[in-house]
Amino acid sequence: MSEEFEPRIIAFLCRWCGYAGADMAGTSRLKYPPTIVPIRVPCTGRIEMEQVLKALKRSDGVLIAGCHTPGDCHYVRGNFQCFKRIALLKKLLRQMGINPSRIRLEWISATEGRKFARVVREFTEELKELGPLRRVE
Amino acid sequence: MGQAGEGGLGRERIGVFVCHCGRNIAATVDVKKVVEKIMEHPAVVHAEDYDYMCSRPGQELIERAIEEKRLTGVVVAACSPSLHETTFRETVERAGLNPYKCEIANIREQCSWVHEEVDKATEKAIRVIRGVVEKVIRNEELKPVEVGLHKKALVIGGGIAGIRAALDIANAGYQVILVEKKPTIGGHMAQLAETFPTLDCAQCILTPLMSEVANHPNIKLLTLSEVIDVEGYVGNFHVKIRKNPRYVDPEKCNLCDNCTKVCPVTVPSEFDEGLSLRKAIYIPFPQAVPSSYLIDPEACLGMNPVICGKCAEPDVCTPGAINFHDQPEIIEEDVGVIIVATGYELYKPENLSEYGADKYPDIITSLQFERLLSPNGPTGGIPRRPSDEKIPKRIAFIHCAGSRDEKHVPYCSHICCTYCTKHGLLFKELVPDAEVYSFYIDLRTVGKNYEDFLRRAQEEAGIQFIRGKVSKIYEEDGVVKILAVDTLLNRRIEVEVDMAVLALPMVPADGIEELASKMRIQIDNNGFLQELHPKLHPVESATPGIFLAGAAQSPKDIQDTVAQASAAASKALEILSQDKISHTPIVATVNRDLCSGCRLCLSACPYGAIEMVDGRAEVNEIICEGCGACVSTCPSRAISLRNFTYEQLDAMIEAVAGGI
Repeated sequence: MSEEFEPRIIAFLCRWCGYAGADMAGTSRLKYPPTIVPIRVPCTGRIEMEQVLKALKRSDGVLIAGCHTPGDCHYVRGNFQCFKRIALLKKLLRQMGINPSRIRLEWISATEGRKFARVVREFTEELKELGPLRRVE
Repeated sequence: MGQAGEGGLGRERIGVFVCHCGRNIAATVDVKKVVEKIMEHPAVVHAEDYDYMCSRPGQELIERAIEEKRLTGVVVAACSPSLHETTFRETVERAGLNPYKCEIANIREQCSWVHEEVDKATEKAIRVIRGVVEKVIRNEELKPVEVGLHKKALVIGGGIAGIRAALDIANAGYQVILVEKKPTIGGHMAQLAETFPTLDCAQCILTPLMSEVANHPNIKLLTLSEVIDVEGYVGNFHVKIRKNPRYVDPEKCNLCDNCTKVCPVTVPSEFDEGLSLRKAIYIPFPQAVPSSYLIDPEACLGMNPVICGKCAEPDVCTPGAINFHDQPEIIEEDVGVIIVATGYELYKPENLSEYGADKYPDIITSLQFERLLSPNGPTGGIPRRPSDEKIPKRIAFIHCAGSRDEKHVPYCSHICCTYCTKHGLLFKELVPDAEVYSFYIDLRTVGKNYEDFLRRAQEEAGIQFIRGKVSKIYEEDGVVKILAVDTLLNRRIEVEVDMAVLALPMVPADGIEELASKMRIQIDNNGFLQELHPKLHPVESATPGIFLAGAAQSPKDIQDTVAQASAAASKALEILSQDKISHTPIVATVNRDLCSGCRLCLSACPYGAIEMVDGRAEVNEIICEGCGACVSTCPSRAISLRNFTYEQLDAMIEAVAGGI
């Protein structure tokens, strides 16, 4: 792939932790690549596999960021629900011949702006290595 | 594109308002290009930019556009929704639009502030806004659900923060349940000698408040008690409290003190920080509230009546207040609001073995020194060192003994510089010819009138402030040796003193994590309770109806603690003074025609908000918190989260990924 390749990441951020952590990165003026477009969701437990796949179909990688396990989920255990689903989805991706690391699940608290910025930087680099996801229309 | 024409959405007329936020957004995002591009969306009939959309003229601009362009939905592209979502929803409501037809596109915190290249940041802003436009198009007009509330407050923690908050709420005429883990209220403040910067005696300002709590008709005080479960939501919390046995009936105990004379067991006194001994039956300190003795079941031998039971003899305890069969009790209460004021503890000296407080008797903690200075302390207010009870002639105060240290706690404990200064001043007053050293990293005596206080110590009292980090403290032949680097003179120094006092870090009270997880409130990187927003919502937690006060939120002094406690109380009263509170209408709904009755959603719901009615799932809108866990679990797609439907999420994914 040419060096110009800029991956596109769709991010599902839970409003209490992941989204608030991304806000914190902004408040702290930490820089990260503009590869990511966030979608604010109530909880990572709201996200089903099908919509993660839909997002992956339209991007090169999907980031899901929620509250730390075990006890931080604002809705008690939505983060666990998401964790189980993503583990299963990654297995499915492998069978489909898609590198499962194109889906990344992270626990990022409202105070972890630094972590959010680092994750986006890392994920962008990783996806650059992997190259664009060939889309079948 | 053109999806706006489908599914009856074609009538939507959306307005997009792009904020410059001064240069905060406009310097990195080409707002004019954003306006131009977003106008290409078939459902967007109006788009404009303005310097400060949240200002009065900015809001008027939105109101005018809603009326003139007959807008059916509004997107404000500005700062994070956590700041001004409510502001702009009120704006559109004034112009006659349903508040739920207004959404925020965050192009500041998550765009202009984190990116540098203008064209890329602009492209991202357009994607973000397009996503939100698709959501607004499909948002339903909603009305908050109204519910009644319990006009009662729960305050957790009976230190100065909890006392102040409980009194404020009780004085406003509402019932308060004050829960304290220890046998008495008063917290750490009761242990202090004098308080900076006025040098008021701590007990003199605290104990009247404690007795006010004891006598207040609106306060139900539960000591030796812990909150073990919290369920429900703002206005309607159901809490379970375990009240541990006191073994002495406070109603009968007349404080005669006969019991301690016959009790054969002695253990270190918690109140005196281990510098004195107490009996197994004891009163923490004479002004304790409730004003009653208690038995420490761990130390008492009388739990087995064959072995002891001397204190319960009728000629010892004449009122018959002692009851060895006292049992723990579970108390259930319904409250509308909760204030968490669980305070702090000192960092454990054994974690800081290089400073020797766990090994050598004359290296003590700052709270122990408070007890030595205190007139009701173990030495009657004359500071004597623990090893030989001599009055020290040379003393050193070690600021930042673990604070601002990556190996221990990274944060500043906020009050140590000022109380070390206070300790120096008070000690100099009692022992005028003493040599006093204060080792500091930076002097941070921040607060009203604290600078004068510091000057007094430096210029008048002659305390020697040494800028330098202490590397090691140990005691040898009755001399405490301090090894340090004087960072102003850039040389190693060794100072010999008779006693050293460590300003250990303030850390959150034990068990705070467990409590926080029961209440679904967050903990910050340092273990303190996380406020909703540092500036806009400094006393609110992320859970509506739960507020924070005092050192549980961050290290702070008594002044700030009291101010925050009153702020938390006034926020709590804002809720208690209403007759109804509104509950978010963003809840799950079931399409009965699609529901197969599989019951998977029942186990997915963390709140028990779903029940089966005639073989189909039904959501209780008051209990539902709108997390969507059931939605993503339902195999029939029969459950949907209002204003966060499959169609909305699909359209948003499509919009943020589309070409620019």
